[in-house]
Amino acid sequence: MNEFTERQMQLTWRAPKKSYDVVIVGAGGHGLATAYYLATRHGITNVGVFERGYIGGGNSGRNTTIIRANYGIPAAVRFYQRSVDLYRGLEQETDRWLMHQQKGILWMAHSEAAVRAERMRAKLNTEFGAETEFVGPRQVEELCPQLDMSGGGRWPVLGASYHPQGATARHDRVVWALAEGAMERGAHVHQNTPVEGLILDGERVAGVRTAAGDVAARAVVSAVGGHVSRIAAMAGLRLPIRTHRLQAFVTNHYRQQFGPIVASSELFFYASQTARGEMLLGAEIDPQPSFSYRSSHDFVQDVCRRALCLLPFMSNLRVLRQWTGVCDMSPDYSPIMGRTGVPGFFITTGWGTWGFKAIPAGGEQMAELIATGEIPELIAPFGLDRFARDRTMADRGSAGTH
Amino acid sequence: MSLRIPCPLCGDRSVHEFVHGEIRRIPDHVTDPDERDLDFAFHHDNEEGVVTERWFHALGCRRWFEIRRDTTTDRIVGAAES
Repeated sequence: MNEFTERQMQLTWRAPKKSYDVVIVGAGGHGLATAYYLATRHGITNVGVFERGYIGGGNSGRNTTIIRANYGIPAAVRFYQRSVDLYRGLEQETDRWLMHQQKGILWMAHSEAAVRAERMRAKLNTEFGAETEFVGPRQVEELCPQLDMSGGGRWPVLGASYHPQGATARHDRVVWALAEGAMERGAHVHQNTPVEGLILDGERVAGVRTAAGDVAARAVVSAVGGHVSRIAAMAGLRLPIRTHRLQAFVTNHYRQQFGPIVASSELFFYASQTARGEMLLGAEIDPQPSFSYRSSHDFVQDVCRRALCLLPFMSNLRVLRQWTGVCDMSPDYSPIMGRTGVPGFFITTGWGTWGFKAIPAGGEQMAELIATGEIPELIAPFGLDRFARDRTMADRGSAGTH
Repeated sequence: MSLRIPCPLCGDRSVHEFVHGEIRRIPDHVTDPDERDLDFAFHHDNEEGVVTERWFHALGCRRWFEIRRDTTTDRIVGAAES
């Protein structure tokens, strides 16, 4: 047994109370981070987190654990940079090893148009606080010597934007660190306890109906991933969300030599090496809306074909494992956080393919909103009402492959 | 095995040849014109279960047709020509 499992065995699990100050639906990264920051930053510990499966068993455990802030619009760069900063301090803050490793991310350009886009990204990121520089082919080769700089003859690497703070962390260690941090301070986490309905008091959401009985709450937060439209419908809301599958896979291990995370928005894939030495590959979402966790062979085939253009050494590796998560895609490829217009009901959704990197900042900001009642400046542009106000936060270019 | 879409003209073909199209329904209880516009522009049913949807065979016969698909299992449950 290692220190990770030993700590879990010391936790005390309690039965749900009849009422909480705050009920959070979903014990994934965002739900647990909200509980954690409510407890640590605002002293609110009368909190119940309800989870239909197990901690971190949804999309928090089905992603590619990349942490970065090189987004395409100022509000997003600021928000994700906050998350990058919080992640860097999270090991010390929670006193747990999260296997957080700063690797740097190279976002490659294979055409003149892409070079312009990456130069612009580097400028915009630097301007709004996320360190990024444009690097030429020689520096790219130094940072990642495994790359075929000719791109198989079809996709030459003409340069890349380099974001040195790009990192990865171990997903289950992150969610358990947050869960333990919240539980040690008095919050309750209830696994295998699905929320089956919301208790409405007139217009207001006043609690949740769970498999373990009704629970009253002054504030209910939906931190659900994948089935958020169903929860929102219980409060009479329709959401600008469509749910799509996102797949990823790992190969057998390769010697620990692959330094950075590499991504290509023209070849639509990204790759990094896990702590075990596996090459981890991901790409874009499946085209049809779906809630299925089934993986497909043509995804592996397609991504391998594209990845081998840039990383020909991988032709000697074998695919070991493949998995699928379901992503709540918002129309503008930005998250949705904040109030819903229904009193007592808060939402954090639209985490599409960019949820893991936002866990600490998303939780911190939602906790601040619930504790103070004021919408924090950092997430004010990401409210659900932005669609009605014609203030969408279009950022597809930065989300495309992650 | 990837999802294969039954095109009424071309038979079962890979999903990558098609473009997905949603059948938009604004709920009747939404009556305010601005709300209906908002719903049309952004909101989705995002249903879990069997849905009727449109597909366009972009890399084939370039025809629109309707099928019924279970979004929880990603299996086609029936076809209906439009």
